Amino acid sequence: MAHKHVVVIFPHPDDEAFGAAGTIARFRAQGVPVTYLCGTLGEMGRNMGNPTFANRETLPQIRQEELVKACQVLDINLEQLGYRDKTLEFEPKRDVAKHLYSFLEKIKPTLVISYYPGYAVHPDHDAFGAAAIAAVELIEPSQRPEVWALAIKKDKEKDLGEPQIYYKITDTFEKKYQAIVAHKSQAAGILGGINQGPDQLDAIVKNKLSTETFYRWEF
Amino acid sequence: MKKINLEKVQEQLNYYIGEPAYLHLETTNGAYATHHNREAFNVGAFIRNTQITFNQAKISGDASNYRVGLKTEQGWVYAEGLREYHINEQAQLLLAGHDLQGRLLVTIELSKHPFDN
Repeated sequence: MAHKHVVVIFPHPDDEAFGAAGTIARFRAQGVPVTYLCGTLGEMGRNMGNPTFANRETLPQIRQEELVKACQVLDINLEQLGYRDKTLEFEPKRDVAKHLYSFLEKIKPTLVISYYPGYAVHPDHDAFGAAAIAAVELIEPSQRPEVWALAIKKDKEKDLGEPQIYYKITDTFEKKYQAIVAHKSQAAGILGGINQGPDQLDAIVKNKLSTETFYRWEF
Repeated sequence: MKKINLEKVQEQLNYYIGEPAYLHLETTNGAYATHHNREAFNVGAFIRNTQITFNQAKISGDASNYRVGLKTEQGWVYAEGLREYHINEQAQLLLAGHDLQGRLLVTIELSKHPFDN
């Protein structure tokens, strides 16, 4: 179906780039507006650039700038929710859900993309994904957007089966790559290796991140 | 951050002795340790903006592994694996250790005023 507005809900700057940038770029190429509700600033990330150029106190501002740049690359709207990295699972789920709902109510998306609770590895991912689903549940069933849930846990297929949505992101790969490297403090460390040039990064992204898959959430 | 200079860091630590200071103390191996290696465990702890007063402070060790111990009236604060330091424009003292990929493993920071957020 043709979507009217897509809302992406992830907790960390760079989650959108690694997990869904190809899909986001695909929607943007079709002229569909995309809004990113980003939960935190990734203040507690351990990647400080490689070689290191950030520290615990400068990281929030650096990641803020990287996030804005990545959203410019992807040409999407950004809303920052102001939670603190690593603490989302300790916030009352109901409060976070209501906060997310306040955006959904205004934007009225036809599709929400978030993490699959319990299959998203990082506690922030699981907690924010669960809150996103709870937020959608606050919408009357006939008005609810579709929800695509991103699962990254190994062997997820054993429990969940094959994801219903599968994109080979060849056409939007360049955008995804540019979005990832916009997160300069995180890209090299996450993708692994020391002193790798841009060519090697490009190869890693192509090999490991050239498909994006999502599970359709059943309410 | 620069490689730790023991004398300079000791001088900085001395500056905080005897008056309330704000502490950030953290260790982490990331949120994906188990994800990447089933035999590894995710381990981490942090404490931020806790006010402490210590009456002794010392940095010990060598370039491969500096340790810091702060003795308070009732106990101790300890960090090891420190190799880099930085004094920022807010005059906060940052000490940290990173792995070979530049990822933070441990950090201890002191400030006269609360750390941002």
